Amino acid sequence: MATFKIKRFNPEKQPEPYMEDFEYDVPDGATLLDCMNTIKWTMDGSLTYRMSCRSAICGSCAVKANGHAVLACQRQAEHLYDENETIKLEPLGNMKPIKDLVVDFTPFWDKIDKVKPYLETSSKPPEKERTQSPEEFRLIDDTSTCIMCGACYSDCHVLEVDDNFLGPAALAKAQRFVSDSRDEATLERVKNLSEYGGIWDCTHCGECVERCPKPARPFYRIKEIMTVALEKGVHNNDGARHALAFTSSVKHSGRLNENFLPLLSKGIFNIKGLLELVPIGIRMLLKGKIPPIFHKSVEDVDDIKRIFKKLNQ
Amino acid sequence: MIKHDVVIIGAGLAGMRAALEVCKDLDVAVLTKVYPSRSHSGAAQGGIAAALGNSEPDSWEEHMFDTVKGGDFLSDQDAVEEYVRAAPRIIYELEHMGCIFSRTPDGKIAQRKFGGHSKPRACFCADRTGHAILHALHEQLMKNAKTVKIYNEWYMHSLVVDDGQCNGVVVSNIQDGSVEVIHAKSVIFCTGGYGRVYKITSNAFASTADGVMAALDAGIPLQDPEFVQFHPSGLYRQGILFSEAARGEGGYLLNGAGERFMEKYAPSRMELAPRDIVSRAEQSEMDAGRGVNGEGYIYLDLRHLGEARIMERLPQIRQLGIDFIGVDCIKDPLPIQPTAHYSMGGIPTDKFGQVTIKDTNTPVKGFFAAGECACVSVHGGNRLGTNSLLEAVVFGERAGKSAYEYAKNADFATVNEAQEKTRILEKFEDIFQRDGTESYNDIRNEMKEVMMSHCGVFRDKQRLEICIKTLKGLQERFKKGKVTDKGKVFNSELYEILELGNMLRMAEIIATGALNRKESRGGHYRTDFPKRDDVNFLKHTLMYKTDEGLEIKYSPVVITKHQPAERTY
Repeated sequence: MATFKIKRFNPEKQPEPYMEDFEYDVPDGATLLDCMNTIKWTMDGSLTYRMSCRSAICGSCAVKANGHAVLACQRQAEHLYDENETIKLEPLGNMKPIKDLVVDFTPFWDKIDKVKPYLETSSKPPEKERTQSPEEFRLIDDTSTCIMCGACYSDCHVLEVDDNFLGPAALAKAQRFVSDSRDEATLERVKNLSEYGGIWDCTHCGECVERCPKPARPFYRIKEIMTVALEKGVHNNDGARHALAFTSSVKHSGRLNENFLPLLSKGIFNIKGLLELVPIGIRMLLKGKIPPIFHKSVEDVDDIKRIFKKLNQ
Repeated sequence: MIKHDVVIIGAGLAGMRAALEVCKDLDVAVLTKVYPSRSHSGAAQGGIAAALGNSEPDSWEEHMFDTVKGGDFLSDQDAVEEYVRAAPRIIYELEHMGCIFSRTPDGKIAQRKFGGHSKPRACFCADRTGHAILHALHEQLMKNAKTVKIYNEWYMHSLVVDDGQCNGVVVSNIQDGSVEVIHAKSVIFCTGGYGRVYKITSNAFASTADGVMAALDAGIPLQDPEFVQFHPSGLYRQGILFSEAARGEGGYLLNGAGERFMEKYAPSRMELAPRDIVSRAEQSEMDAGRGVNGEGYIYLDLRHLGEARIMERLPQIRQLGIDFIGVDCIKDPLPIQPTAHYSMGGIPTDKFGQVTIKDTNTPVKGFFAAGECACVSVHGGNRLGTNSLLEAVVFGERAGKSAYEYAKNADFATVNEAQEKTRILEKFEDIFQRDGTESYNDIRNEMKEVMMSHCGVFRDKQRLEICIKTLKGLQERFKKGKVTDKGKVFNSELYEILELGNMLRMAEIIATGALNRKESRGGHYRTDFPKRDDVNFLKHTLMYKTDEGLEIKYSPVVITKHQPAERTY
């Protein structure tokens, strides 16, 4: 007998959500969605959630199970049990609940809209198809498997604290066009994506990769955009400068020069940006947290230089 | 009252392609009960047909013949000809919009084999072709957001039709329960199929006959409803789809004795015979006790294709096997059974998407339909794999053009908004007031069960009569169902009840059409009439709703290039 602890919320009845338990003997092979359906159809018809295809392609049924976003139709219920054969179900995070497990996707789609999610070309298309090699196809193969389920958006740690962040799904969608050999707006795209709220605001925690039910795995796509941005010379922003300074420091000394990294990230001619660092610097000084003034290389720095050489950097 | 020049119901391939035709200089609304990217077109896996000739020489003439023969000669051949001739342009346009396709080594759109097609003409994106096209079209709608208003999570209840002219639709917002009339010069239905009437189906929960029932209620007959396609490779018990591409890439079908049994049924095409033939072969093997372990399933064996090919061409279905039944098709065969997949019948339209009452050749002004909910008919008695995505895009475009032309030259008619709204609010109230002695869940399960066992791959008079009687009983019990949720906000229970009401009526129409058609043709097989009967039944069914019950009329089949001949493979 499994227990489903479901977070219930109905604004027509009461303003606060509450937890409700449903006990149910789960048959072999039942997916989480099968269980939710049985609860709705035989125990409480008012239980509310979205679902449609039940074959992991429409992206409707993402919910939080035991704290993490999953696609309900894709997961065997028994694989989700905790030690007490319990599954706690909650609505997706980072979006406002509408009723029970249904959340408002408006901000999610607004952010997809912001990355110009369509092919941009100015040249006249040929009479037949544009050619694209299998290798070029492979660059956009994974990103195009995204089903817009919102699992990554739900569990993104940056979105928890910063509404302005475009979020993993929109950035994965952006990579779909940044890396498409047919798109003619690559430079403009990577410039826009390097702005505040874009690729450099990702903290590389990898949560979205863990939650993605498809091969789209947004963080890997974000890294691909970063690479294109740097290759295209879009360096005039804190994120790119930080990445370049980081690499340069490790390349030359085998470790981070923590005194110079913030300066180089802000840009050494960026007076306003540098002044912003002064109060932090003073606080660090007072607390005795200033790194050593003289930056030393690690002992085997030559090995590190060889690694960079091998990577052609 | 909400006003738009054109309103489109359904945001799958047909609906969104239609919207792109209209949004150039008219104001268009696209209404969907889910979100565009959740539409069931996205679940199509294997490909979209077009005689591009990218891997072997091909021609529209061959595509046409394959389609007509695949449809067991019930297709209207004038429509088929225009449809297959439009195919290459349609594919190139999708590619130009940005749709992603798998490629040949020289960078062209790759093409693979599919059941019933004599040439490799399925253009594909791995095994998620519908998804790729759906998202490409959704991208185009986002690009045209200025003139396309999308109503996400709205439900369409009925058409507003007055004196043979369609003036709009009555809808409600699922998120807040408000009922509205959308006043429009043209209405296009792209509402999909109704496979959910069956127990084992590949269809999404949303595929519930809402559009076709609204048309029927407006006095429009349904064409060829008895023709329902069973896909040969549904996951055992669940029914979810394992693409025909698995066989296109070379997969085998094996019975319990490990034999490639298709040798007995379609020796020249084997596993790549049309779906109706393969599904019947599977069912015959299982009925004769030759299923795997004597059970109701057979094996789809891909092991000989090797890991590299499976990972490149069929990665999604491999993952489905692992996630849903713990079977990795690289190492083990997949258990499958026939699954209700596609409705050949639907709202009758001409080849331009204009809804037309065909026995009297009367167009319903301002009303258009495309995709699975429509019946042109290009698929006749059985649709070939990859022809449905093509149909959705070709006829989506055509219906869009027709609706655009009509709306350009039409004025808004008068609509009695209060009366239209009241009708729906009363319907809600009726559901909330029911005494609640019956379980909708039981009614739904019994409908699905009887349709599967009595109106499935094999049919006969006795079983169909029992089926219709059972359905009529369920329709009565439906009036006494128990409702828990009487709220306005996201009342999914209410919408499931409305959908069940539609399905109970649709199921009866399918079974009635099947009982009336005393022959076997395409996806409709009567064990008591196992031969095709061109003398009496080379004609389309038109099923009307009257006060006395269902009434059947007919319209002729258009035959141009290919005279009906014996259909063997």
